[in-house]
Amino acid sequence: MTVDSTFSPDRRRLLVRSAGALLAALGGLVAAPLATATPTRAQTVTLVNVSYDPTRELYRDINAAFAAEWQKKTGQRVTIRTSHGGSGRQARAVIDGLDADVVTLALASDIDAIARESKRLPDDWQQRLPNNASPYTSTIVLLVRKGNPKNIRDWDDLAKPGIQVITPNPKTSGGARWNYLAAWAYELDKTGGDAEKAKTLVAAIYRNVPVLDTGARGATTTFVQRGLGDVLIAWENEAFLAVNEFGAGAFEIVYPSLSILAEPPVALVDQVVDKRGTRAVAQAYLDFLYTPAAQRIVAAHYYRPFHPEDADPADLARFHPLKLVTIDAVFGGWKKAQAEHFSEGGVFDRIYAPGAR
Amino acid sequence: MSDAPARPRAEPQPARPRAVTRPARPRAVTEETTLTRRLLIATAIGFLALFVMLPLAAVFVEALRRGLDHYLATFSDPDTQAAIRLTLLVAAISVPLNMVFGVAAAWAIAKFEFVGKSLLTTLVDLPFSVSPVVSGLVFVLLFGAHGLLGPWLEAHDLQIVFAVPGIVLATVFVTFPFVARELIPLMQEQGTSEEEAALTLGASGFRTFLTVTLPNVKWALLYGVLLCNARAMGEFGAVSVVSGHVRGLTNTMPLHVEILYNEYDFVGAFAVASLLAGLALVTLVAKSVLEWRFGDALGQSRLH
Repeated sequence: MTVDSTFSPDRRRLLVRSAGALLAALGGLVAAPLATATPTRAQTVTLVNVSYDPTRELYRDINAAFAAEWQKKTGQRVTIRTSHGGSGRQARAVIDGLDADVVTLALASDIDAIARESKRLPDDWQQRLPNNASPYTSTIVLLVRKGNPKNIRDWDDLAKPGIQVITPNPKTSGGARWNYLAAWAYELDKTGGDAEKAKTLVAAIYRNVPVLDTGARGATTTFVQRGLGDVLIAWENEAFLAVNEFGAGAFEIVYPSLSILAEPPVALVDQVVDKRGTRAVAQAYLDFLYTPAAQRIVAAHYYRPFHPEDADPADLARFHPLKLVTIDAVFGGWKKAQAEHFSEGGVFDRIYAPGAR
Repeated sequence: MSDAPARPRAEPQPARPRAVTRPARPRAVTEETTLTRRLLIATAIGFLALFVMLPLAAVFVEALRRGLDHYLATFSDPDTQAAIRLTLLVAAISVPLNMVFGVAAAWAIAKFEFVGKSLLTTLVDLPFSVSPVVSGLVFVLLFGAHGLLGPWLEAHDLQIVFAVPGIVLATVFVTFPFVARELIPLMQEQGTSEEEAALTLGASGFRTFLTVTLPNVKWALLYGVLLCNARAMGEFGAVSVVSGHVRGLTNTMPLHVEILYNEYDFVGAFAVASLLAGLALVTLVAKSVLEWRFGDALGQSRLH
């Protein structure tokens, strides 16, 4: 190769050729996924399920079971794509245009928000499926480190000075709102309905919170991985999963004397399924959640099934009986609870104001 | 400073044995003492080992903790493959775009005088100074269902945010300055005399650009493109905001690492992270190989 001139024909040819090869390679990269996407579109259908944080493992199994059944019934292959995150944040994404065929969130008020702000589904969505559109329920429990060194037994132990409590941010996480309301309901029950006392207890608990994660799984990771805090307020299923993942020796579940019946609802997003032509399969997917096969999976993943008779009794035996109160009975439903406690300037904002800590 | 008072006492007695231990060759004023040099080198290597090599090694150790089988199993997962494909696709679109934009911006800024030039220079730097979260939110505010252009896009059935176009836009935005920032100082330093010579000899503007300007900056351009590519594949913040995190559809490799980590699949998370690190290393090696292969011939224009 000549090196005397910057513009020698050899070099120029080399540069041109390598540039051409580079472009071809880039073109190939771009074209490959497009090409593979086209021929499969006809015989398969894709559903997008936008869900909340701790349901990752649950829906992995549900999706596989549903896909098998749907193919047997219709011959069509269905791929279910899932997205997980804090329930409030996920609702925000759907409002902002994330095309979810179905939403399976942590609480009704997040789906209410989608209906209200984006009109992508009707306001009466919760009446369209049994049990307030909740195929499974759960509750809120306490997860402590092995041997329960700080001797945490009930909600008021969380308010004691020197206890570090891990719970996510109620603004972005659905589980966090259940956590908050469970503590509130406990104090209401204990004091015979004194809202001021309940507010004092909850405020004291949040003064013990060093960090608010955006979702339940983030909070669990903070507690079990990063080793922060003395107690994690968690979904029952999330607590069981953490105990399983890290061995029963590392953590212990403490059932408080009273907790809240958490109903994570599911809904079809009408505007999206009509646009994408997926209404039939999306509806079948939600109906499938209530079938014996799905209810069995639900219980295996530590959610409390709506039809316990369909679940494996051994799975049900793992749930500790405890006094559960409902959001409707204690707080007058999600709409009221959301407005009073978690809206801009609501009770949570006032007790968790910066500087108040 | 501390040896200043000692000197007057040492100098009247040059014959004392202690003075013999001083270096035989007088030290040049531009040269540091051996001790300083060794300290500097040790500090640099120690720092690199502690803050670069160690974490990088930890990624690979963690990824291979349960053996090669587990490591490879991660990559047979269709969601992981989709994430890798999407990351490569996004880089393949945004890097060439930024190469063109970057050269155009650098050329305009370095070789021409025009009104608003300082404004353009500032704008080029904007993505560096803005938090990536804001960069992502800007696109949600613009193209989201309730954004400025949302209703129009929806009427035309166009999906920007929470889809591949949004991820590409956010990546292009965040990685825009890399190419331009590499080129501007070099092109300003080189001045316009060579281009002027080419033009007076009758070359067209485009030919001048191809045969004079471009060859002069190609190493800086390559370096900028490699940096741009590394960031395009690694960007997390802005992409996280516009992605929607739908597995197999809008999940890039960095987002997939987070998802796997949050699912207690630590081997998987670190395996994907090691691939990301590996891609970065490959780009660095590619750059070194190119420099080594063509470096002597093209050395005159090489600054990096």
